[in-house]
Amino acid sequence: MSVKTLKINGQDIAAEAGKSILQVAKEEGIPIPTLCHLEGVTDVGACRLCLVEIKGINKLLPACVTEIGEGMEVETNTPRLQEYRRMTVELLFAEGNHMCSFCVANNNCELQDAAIEVGMDHTRFDYRFPDRGMDLSHPEFAIDHNRCILCTRCVRVCDEIEGAHVWDVGQRGEQCYIISGLDQPWGEVDACTSCGKCVDACPTGAIFRQGTTTAEKLGDRAKLSFLINAREKQEWTR
Amino acid sequence: MDREGLLEIAEAEKNQRKRHRIHCCTSTGCQAASSLDVKKNLTKAAKEQGLSDEVDIVGVGCMGFCGNGPLVEIEPDNQLYETVTPDQAEGIISSLKGGNASAAQGNLHHPFFSRQMPIVRENSGKVDPERIEDYIAFGGYQALCKALYDMTPEEIVEEVRQSGLRGRGGGGFPTGLKWATVAKMPGERKYLICNGDEGDPGAFMDRSVLESDPHRVIEGMAIAAYAVGAEHGYIYVRAEYPLAIKRLEKAIKQAKKYNLLGSQILDSPFDFKIDIRIGAGAFVCGEETALIQSIEGRRGNPVPRPPYPAEKGLWTYPTLINNVETFGNIPPIVERGSEWFSGIGTENSKGTKIFALTGKIENNGLIEVPMGITLREIVEEMGGGVPDGEVKAVQTGGPSGGCIPENLLDTPVDYDSLKEVGSMMGSGGMVVMDKGTSMVAIAQFYMDFCREESCGKCIPCRAGTEQLYALLTKLLKKQATAADLAKMEALCEMVKSTSLCGLGMTAPSPVVSTLRYFRDEYEELLQERGYSQVNGKVTIG
Repeated sequence: MSVKTLKINGQDIAAEAGKSILQVAKEEGIPIPTLCHLEGVTDVGACRLCLVEIKGINKLLPACVTEIGEGMEVETNTPRLQEYRRMTVELLFAEGNHMCSFCVANNNCELQDAAIEVGMDHTRFDYRFPDRGMDLSHPEFAIDHNRCILCTRCVRVCDEIEGAHVWDVGQRGEQCYIISGLDQPWGEVDACTSCGKCVDACPTGAIFRQGTTTAEKLGDRAKLSFLINAREKQEWTR
Repeated sequence: MDREGLLEIAEAEKNQRKRHRIHCCTSTGCQAASSLDVKKNLTKAAKEQGLSDEVDIVGVGCMGFCGNGPLVEIEPDNQLYETVTPDQAEGIISSLKGGNASAAQGNLHHPFFSRQMPIVRENSGKVDPERIEDYIAFGGYQALCKALYDMTPEEIVEEVRQSGLRGRGGGGFPTGLKWATVAKMPGERKYLICNGDEGDPGAFMDRSVLESDPHRVIEGMAIAAYAVGAEHGYIYVRAEYPLAIKRLEKAIKQAKKYNLLGSQILDSPFDFKIDIRIGAGAFVCGEETALIQSIEGRRGNPVPRPPYPAEKGLWTYPTLINNVETFGNIPPIVERGSEWFSGIGTENSKGTKIFALTGKIENNGLIEVPMGITLREIVEEMGGGVPDGEVKAVQTGGPSGGCIPENLLDTPVDYDSLKEVGSMMGSGGMVVMDKGTSMVAIAQFYMDFCREESCGKCIPCRAGTEQLYALLTKLLKKQATAADLAKMEALCEMVKSTSLCGLGMTAPSPVVSTLRYFRDEYEELLQERGYSQVNGKVTIG
């Protein structure tokens, strides 16, 4: 195992080579907000919340997909980053139809957590109030596109852990939405094994178990990394 | 097939030529103005007037002066006819025997032509793009011969590096450095990609190069493949360019026939094959990582760099991606040497650049000019200025670029100078605007384009461009306040700094550059007071 030494927020750190800045920061207890990152699946660098400043690079880089390097000097919480993160969360809230007060994930929502973490209490942008639908065709689960932030965790979890690839993204730009199967109703997709991993992976209340009501959704997000660990290392306890 | 074989083909081709050669443009633009009928009537008239043995009527690619098409040129007399209609064909033929042609005569000594320096386009409008023999007669594939027989891959990379050529797709990354990186990557398998997914509004340079001289690009690709050690290449062309695709397919087939593509090219140990991949209409697929995803059969979404494609590209193998025009520069660099090439242009921008000159301008069309020429020379001398008006600004770089105001028209055209004034070289779109153009409306137009073309993967680009578009629309409706303007500026900064790929990073540029030079136009559109009445309702700003 080779080791790299670097500085995060001025703190000297030694870490295993090949790890991402996000992994190392987590180990050291340095908070970096994330939304599309999920332990156990591939990172895509899409939510831009984990962007960090690295000395000598004039571009901001996502901590989740940037490997640590020898002598790297990383800043994770500069005023500039704070401002951008706040705006990112504001954009997310303005983009969908997020009504916390009657959402299944209220109090257990990563978008809410992110808003609190970056200190966002209102959005300066006009709400888009998009016309999005719901799909209740699955016997056990449902997807409410109004609450979707397009993090694609469900897509990755279904593809990489369950191996079913029920989910994907349709359309582009603001019109993007998560599709099941070949853009069919979820209940008609034969590939779906009803394993519920997408429910656990979803950071908001977009994918949920039918019958759950306001603030009742408790996503078991650790289950996914437990599964990976169990499969790879044959350790079946948690 | 070897060097002698090529010379024999060229010789035979030249011997076949008749006394007159009439070039009739059959590129997309002129075809739309019924140039195919012109060509048909020219052939018919030549037959009727008994001149079939004296005249070759050749369908050629773009001659550049697209605004005045269809264009017909007679060689060796160098007589150009503009806006030729099918019934004027007969007159053109009879002019060969001393008759009078009724078609409007063009002036090849006009600065539009005389100030150009065609390198990539040297054969465009002269060579028949559908016949490889004609290309060979123009000296085609000699550079590939030289590369394969007389040079090592390292020597070619060094030659390209020395030439100072920079990527013509927009970014301006040094081509030689990119080649050297791919060449040095370990591993047996490497790929080569030609990016022909040109999508900037008002830009049609790459289309024209592919339609007019497809073999030039293929030859450039083969040389590049030999230099970096790739055996398989792809040309990614957008589906909106059917003629370019057709001609490329034909060209690849012909090149295979003459053993200029395939195994043991020109009897050397070098193998190279090219496949065409057709884009499905997404602007973002011009971004290299999205393009790679698209070739792999996935959704055309960009992925974070690093790793760069040179390191980990198509199917995770090292991949060289260059633009159509970049590849078009390779054969002459190899043939005439880097010293010749680096003698053209400015200190940090070498060679020439093709621009699509459009908008409110007298002479519309394609021009290839040496780097360092000023915008004023292009717009006023070559372009002939704005018809009945004055230039207000010139937009370069498409949705990633910016608007350069009239008082900065003396800026030389090179990568660094354009960046300094808040625009960019881009792929080569150049849109001229007159005094009647609203710069806010222009910014809104480009923002509309970006929000429509955003892939939706990262939030700043997906939602940020929508919000910017909404703010610009609000402004144009005179409903915005100073606070909205400030919000817009902050958002521009954020979208630029946090987006995942080049599309998002540069999407705010048209707004930022128009704000920089035409701020008064934005401020004029602001609400006069802190609140205002809209449709009878009081809005507090």
